[in-house]
Amino acid sequence: MLEKHVDILIIGGGPAGLAAAIGAKEQGVDDILVIEREDSLGGILGQCIHNGFGLHRFKVEMTGPEYAQMDIDKVRELGIPTLCDTMVLSVDENRRVVAINKEQGLMVFNAGAVILAMGCRERPFGALGIAGTRCSGIFSAGTAQKYVNLMGFIPGKKVFILGSGDIGLIMARRMTLQGSEVLGVAEIMPYSSGLNRNIVQCLDDYGIPLYLKHTVIEVRGKERLEGVTIAEVDDMRKPIPGTEKHFDCDTLLLSVGLIPENELSQGANVEMSNTTSGPIVDDEFQTSKAGIFACGNVLHVHDLVDFVSDESMKAGKAAANFINKKTKKGTIINMLDGKGVRGVVPQKLKIPVDGEDAENVQVMFRPDKVYENARVKVYNGDNEIYSVKKRILAPGEMADIILKKDIIQNLQNAPIRVDIES
Amino acid sequence: MEYDIIVVGAGVVGCSLARELSMYNTNVAVIDKAYDVCDGSSKANSGIVHAGYDAEWGSSKAKYNVEGARLYPSLCAELNVPYKRCGALVVGFSDDDKETLKRLYNQGIKNGVKELSLIDGEEARKLEPNLNKKVTCALNVPTSAIISPYELTYALADHAAVNGVKFYLETELLDAQFVDGLWHLKTNKGEFTAKAFVNCSGVNAAKINRLISRKSYQIIPRRGEYYLLDRLIPLPFERTIFQTPGRMGKGVLVSPTVHGNTFLGPSSNDIEDGSDTSTTVDVLNFVFDKARLTWPEATMRNVITTFAGNRAHEDHGDFVIGRVEDAPKAYQALGIESPGLTAAPAIAVELKNLIVEDMQLDKKDNILPAPHRNKPFIDMTDEERAEAAKKDPAYGKIVCRCEQVTEAEIRAAINRPVGARSIDAVKRRARPGSGRCQGGFCSTRVMEILAEELKISELEVTKSGGESKILTGRIEDVEGGCPIC
Repeated sequence: MLEKHVDILIIGGGPAGLAAAIGAKEQGVDDILVIEREDSLGGILGQCIHNGFGLHRFKVEMTGPEYAQMDIDKVRELGIPTLCDTMVLSVDENRRVVAINKEQGLMVFNAGAVILAMGCRERPFGALGIAGTRCSGIFSAGTAQKYVNLMGFIPGKKVFILGSGDIGLIMARRMTLQGSEVLGVAEIMPYSSGLNRNIVQCLDDYGIPLYLKHTVIEVRGKERLEGVTIAEVDDMRKPIPGTEKHFDCDTLLLSVGLIPENELSQGANVEMSNTTSGPIVDDEFQTSKAGIFACGNVLHVHDLVDFVSDESMKAGKAAANFINKKTKKGTIINMLDGKGVRGVVPQKLKIPVDGEDAENVQVMFRPDKVYENARVKVYNGDNEIYSVKKRILAPGEMADIILKKDIIQNLQNAPIRVDIES
Repeated sequence: MEYDIIVVGAGVVGCSLARELSMYNTNVAVIDKAYDVCDGSSKANSGIVHAGYDAEWGSSKAKYNVEGARLYPSLCAELNVPYKRCGALVVGFSDDDKETLKRLYNQGIKNGVKELSLIDGEEARKLEPNLNKKVTCALNVPTSAIISPYELTYALADHAAVNGVKFYLETELLDAQFVDGLWHLKTNKGEFTAKAFVNCSGVNAAKINRLISRKSYQIIPRRGEYYLLDRLIPLPFERTIFQTPGRMGKGVLVSPTVHGNTFLGPSSNDIEDGSDTSTTVDVLNFVFDKARLTWPEATMRNVITTFAGNRAHEDHGDFVIGRVEDAPKAYQALGIESPGLTAAPAIAVELKNLIVEDMQLDKKDNILPAPHRNKPFIDMTDEERAEAAKKDPAYGKIVCRCEQVTEAEIRAAINRPVGARSIDAVKRRARPGSGRCQGGFCSTRVMEILAEELKISELEVTKSGGESKILTGRIEDVEGGCPIC
């Protein structure tokens, strides 16, 4: 078995892994390896041929493949080694990484630092407990997107979509454009979990109805899907009898949530968050295991790839600092979800010790419902240390605040809590 | 097509029998209307090798259950399929339950079940700490075991096939006439003739029986719905946990599977159409509520899929096994509901003995062993994985990430003697898509490999045969082409 050392091993060659590699390299570490399970770099961006990527980071609007290519080019230019078509089988807490591919067979890497950048996956149909048959024609939206955009196949002609996540909205438009009929989109919540611009550009522009507070309660069809039944739900998300509507369709696409893909992280025994379903990290994106970092959608599901890249760049730099023994030494305090707040990241923060420079810390979270003209307040123990007014907060769009370095510098050794006050 | 013996039904009973008969000098064919072997009750059940305390003493169920359970360990070892003696607890919550458990205990002793003991709630929780505090009594059944019912059935079919049994799938029996010493079987795929005819057709067995016999049986499809949980969560129970049984069966179980998942179920509801394996909201809710009696901490969070299977419940409640009284050279296994899976190897031996006696068959000199089956990649050590990938680079390509299934294993599933021809067929043989993403990532690749190995277009690949195609067309064939590219 080939066994070798590498300073920083990055698991995943999607936007998170690529940005982390760039960040690490720019911070002065040369011995980096990016491992990607697919046969090319770029991750899910490769099948996202619609535009809307890069506005924040590059100030231009690009398609997914174009956005990915920016980072791929940069990685090549920086001479960072990558290994595609290679699957990481396990990572342990000592950063021993086992991977396999067709050409080299099984490989073992002893990594100075590991960056988890495996992304996320879609919640499958089976997990929803929807009644009915187990016919064909039911796809997660991303799988359908792969068939259409990468493989050139049409998954169905008459389509219903469950869930208004961004991929579902994008696929509503995509299926319409390639000649299929999209009958509607059902969303169990009273609001869409997708970006507002996608609702406008992908549904409204094509006259596709969005049924809020509705869900699919049954699928029919012996072999191929023949139809679905939707119903309105009450505030407990239980279907209301008598509100059923039937649609004859041969295809059901699901966009009902993304789940960080953390099987490897769990193998390394990193502490996990029940709220984000990702690892618990500090403000340097280090998990509970020394030298193991996490960023991008494996950490928490983002709305925009631009934010994935920003975060991952920072994680890459932090991993490089770890290799160069420049990791911060401060006292660790917890960051907690307060009133109306879910999934604060990072979950831990270091109070700089004497001689260490404080840095701005970006705190990300999702509101638990829609708020208008609300105030986000941050407490350190009982002291309010930051407050900002937000015109609109919605679960579909991740919120963030920046705690400036002077605030960080003066933190007390007490938990930080983020609240939304309406 | 002429055969000596035709077995109708490629479930676990039919395939067990076919394998038994394949060791004799005789020509055997198995026909089944489904797209794959193991497509009915045999693929969707609890996968339990029951110890044998449950069936009434003196019944056929008791006899074949106990004998089947005895045959299982060596059978699974020979076929190289999983078998795990995980044990079972039958738990009770009341004095009435306690009385029932005592009755089951005595029945078990009478049936010849070993190692049974009655324990109290405390002792039960010592064995299984996640049990409900309200459990007051339990029957401890260390000899209860779990298997993979479909992996077993595929292995039985493969072993039969390498010893000469022919399988005709999508072949539906329409009529059967005994003329001039031969059975003439009319099917949608033409006529078969056979000297002997065996009915092992599960929920359809009564219908098939009516073609050949005046004695009428009534089979009621009794549906069971299940939840399957992610194997990433620690197993709540090491043993199969039954609740004290009632009139409609053994109640809702919480049990590990041989692959490390936990399942909840089954329900028990009589339905009309034996091919209807839909799940229903009310029943799934019922199953969940019942399971929480055993396991109060159960949550929906870890559910990866729900499914249903139909039991072939015969009106009189017992197996009907043997010669068909009013038809020559005709045999049957009818009403094979629980503990049918456990009983299958014993039923097969019984039917084989009758047929061998009636037809005076000789054993073959050269019986081929069951085809070699590599250890699943997911169960290999790193050293074994390195070795496997060195020998066959396709072991270096993981197609299903949740269950770590390699390209080599998917190709092998398709190229087995009775190979997979659909996405579901591959899934059940090699497990891609059985994990927590349910094929979200790997189904596209499995489809390509199927198309490649079967030399068909991707558009022809189905989920499970018939019209269950995955795709409806190519973008390039849409009028005006792709509007984007």
